[in-house]
Amino acid sequence: MSSIILRVGTRYLAGLLIIFSLYMLLRGHNEPGGGFIGGLIGATAFVLYAIGCSTKEAREALRVQPQNIAMAGLGIALLAGIAAALFGDALFTGQWLFIGASETDKFDKGLPLSTVLIFDIGVYLVVFGSIIALVFAMEEEI
Amino acid sequence: MTTSDTTDAPRGNGVTGLVPIAVAASLFAYFCTFLPVIAAGDVARLVWEWVPSLSISLSFYVDGLSLTFALLISGIGTLVLLYANSYLAGHPQFGRFALFLTSFMLAMLGLVLADNLIALFVFWELTTITSYLLIGFGHETTKGRRSALQALFVTGAGALVLLAGLILLGFTAGTFELSEINKMGPELKSHALYLPILILILAGAFTKSAQFPFHFWLPNAMAAPTPVSAFLHSATMVKAGVYLMARVYPAFSGTEVWIWTLTIAGGFTAVFASILALRQTDLKQTLAYTTLMALGTLTMMLGQSGGYAMTAFVTFLITHSLYKASLFLMIGCVDHGTGTREADILGGLARAMPVTAFAAALAALSMAGLPPFVGFIAKELAYAGSLEAPSSTTLMAAASLAANALMFAVAGVVAFKPFWRPTGGEMPHKPHEAGGAMLLGPVLLAVLGLVFGLMPGLIQGALINPTVVGFMGETADPKTLKLWAGFNVPLYLSLATFAIGLVLYIGHGPLRAFLTRADAAAPNFDRGWDSFLNGLKAFASWQTRIIQPGVLRYYIFATFAVVLIALGGTLILKDAIPGAPDLEGITWKNVALMVLMISGALLTTVTDSRITAMAGLGVVGMGVAVIFIVFAAPDVAITQLLVETLVVVLVAVALLRLPSLKMTGHFAFRPLDALLSAGVGLVVTLILLAVLATPIDRRLTDYFEVTSWPEAFGRNVVNVILVDFRALDTFGEIAVVVIAALSAYALLRTTDKGPARGIPEADEK
Repeated sequence: MSSIILRVGTRYLAGLLIIFSLYMLLRGHNEPGGGFIGGLIGATAFVLYAIGCSTKEAREALRVQPQNIAMAGLGIALLAGIAAALFGDALFTGQWLFIGASETDKFDKGLPLSTVLIFDIGVYLVVFGSIIALVFAMEEEI
Repeated sequence: MTTSDTTDAPRGNGVTGLVPIAVAASLFAYFCTFLPVIAAGDVARLVWEWVPSLSISLSFYVDGLSLTFALLISGIGTLVLLYANSYLAGHPQFGRFALFLTSFMLAMLGLVLADNLIALFVFWELTTITSYLLIGFGHETTKGRRSALQALFVTGAGALVLLAGLILLGFTAGTFELSEINKMGPELKSHALYLPILILILAGAFTKSAQFPFHFWLPNAMAAPTPVSAFLHSATMVKAGVYLMARVYPAFSGTEVWIWTLTIAGGFTAVFASILALRQTDLKQTLAYTTLMALGTLTMMLGQSGGYAMTAFVTFLITHSLYKASLFLMIGCVDHGTGTREADILGGLARAMPVTAFAAALAALSMAGLPPFVGFIAKELAYAGSLEAPSSTTLMAAASLAANALMFAVAGVVAFKPFWRPTGGEMPHKPHEAGGAMLLGPVLLAVLGLVFGLMPGLIQGALINPTVVGFMGETADPKTLKLWAGFNVPLYLSLATFAIGLVLYIGHGPLRAFLTRADAAAPNFDRGWDSFLNGLKAFASWQTRIIQPGVLRYYIFATFAVVLIALGGTLILKDAIPGAPDLEGITWKNVALMVLMISGALLTTVTDSRITAMAGLGVVGMGVAVIFIVFAAPDVAITQLLVETLVVVLVAVALLRLPSLKMTGHFAFRPLDALLSAGVGLVVTLILLAVLATPIDRRLTDYFEVTSWPEAFGRNVVNVILVDFRALDTFGEIAVVVIAALSAYALLRTTDKGPARGIPEADEK
């Protein structure tokens, strides 16, 4: 598509979408969002980029093959699930680490880190990579 | 294979050759330590929990029967591995071979020692797979591949039937441990499921042990290298079926069905196979058919119940393993030394191959059942067993007599004629003796046949009595093995055997010509197998043409038709059609949304433009998203919006390149399609109404709401369910996403060069 407005707009919009998608991913545990939605938003960024500029440029911007991202995501999700075994729990049991949790306020958990978040990142990458792989392949095909 | 003597020495197998031998030998030594325990009348049992929730344990049970088998497997295994180390010296794939053979041996040991039905089945299938690999070791040839596949299909299909029988048996008996099951013989025999279980188990045993009419795979399996044949067809693979029948003997034997099935199948196989054995000219093929005869005889013995028949079973089992392994290995030496196995060509080998000739003579005398070999004792016992048979004594004695007389003749053809007749035909190379490592096996096994014949006490107390006691329990009556049992009917039958056998041997030339003609006229099971496979393939391509026409419209129509029938049918059958819905509480906003979505759907069905159709569908999708927002499900709404957007982009990318709808003619009004879509819409609506009419079970919802924060530290319940409570489900889903994306990606890439992109040619070859 040769729309100069879309072309220029995409450059900024795509970046914003990626940042927004990461925001959605991270807030997901407590507010609407999560890996699935984050991945979808992240994918729209690159889909927009591919339409506005070209698939070739979008691929160059992505640097990595999208299907590899999807497979890496699956691997990360699996590792996050297996990690529970290191702590003697059943597969996919969430493991948590709270940095600076408040002693008095039970809702102030400080900075929560968990394998659940790693799992969600895996979901994000799977959705992100799979959709981009499909769209790119279709655009190049046609 | 080389002609020079010097290359007979093992060269270059090194550790690969020696480690399996060491493993097998130490196993043999280990099992020997059980001999005193078993002889004292005890049994040993080892148990590891495996899948306790399904009452599957890795339990092993050592009694007379399993120890006899374990010693034969590990003992003959050692000698075969030693032999193979020379036979296949320097073979480029020797490592693979050694691995297959060792794995097979271990699987076989597991099979005969397993006490748990499921463990037994797992080992059973492991022997199926490893024997497939062994038979197909010469996979460069079509024959090798075909034989291996045939053995795999026949025994694999039998194993599936067997699995059904074992599971049924386990649930009927209430335990999966064979040692427990064997104690409940009377209860099982009067149980309603006795017959189904018996049929299923016998189907597994008969296919594995190549009983008629499943016998045809066994001679084909001779495509394997000789050491493999020697191992698989003497003491192991094919005896697994016999072992299974013997193992469940206490629980199943003695009924009319058991007695007659085993007697007739075994007896027929024995006679039929020994006749066919005489017809063969390839020595290895001849031995293959004599193996069938032995399996038939063993099956027939298991059909009976007296002390003589049971003693004969164990004695013949040991005897046959010894002489058959020895003869197979001997034929390998002959093949190795002369380059041929054709009975008509071989002759006068005694001078060039004296040790091989010696081993062959000893083994063949045992096979022919001549005194003072253990084969003679086994034959006498078998005759005695026939005479006390609960089935027909005449039938049993006649079948045994015919089979044994033919064995006598075949023994002469296999082990006497090639060595002692003055001259033979032109052999591919000058006969020469095999090396020491290759001779040890056949000689040792053949000599054992003589030793056990002269001193039957060696095996009587240690192996035979405990096994017979295992079969018959308290009432056991193991008979004594002796060379001279006085002038009795078995002796006269033996004398008759020798007389008939001698006549058959002398006349075997013309007899073979006659049999060849008769065999050509008879139905051929091997060719029948081919027609069966071809028929299966033809059926597969026929039904693929019907079910997979390659037109997307048909697929979609079929899918929705199934949905309509399955869901609608269920609604009607379950009498679950809901009444009029409750329209209270519907606001004008809801109504407006509905009108919008319905018009979008209608627009899609009537438009000529693909883009308009897309937009119409988009309206429906966005409407659904708005519904989610109205009912406060932000996560689902966001997802729906994003997916809808991406779908529109994807389809638009594809649609832009396609011709307009009118031109394709696909969107002309079709009453059938309209009816189907209206039907699906109606059924789905009814189901939704029915769902809404039932009160919602809030237990799970409440649980997740209450525990989401305290246990999973998250306030967004939807996401907590996705990534924590139901993480395994999510993992499965994202795996599906990846697989789907990769498959679609691969499809898009492969059609790249096609003439009509993405649309397969209708008449593509």
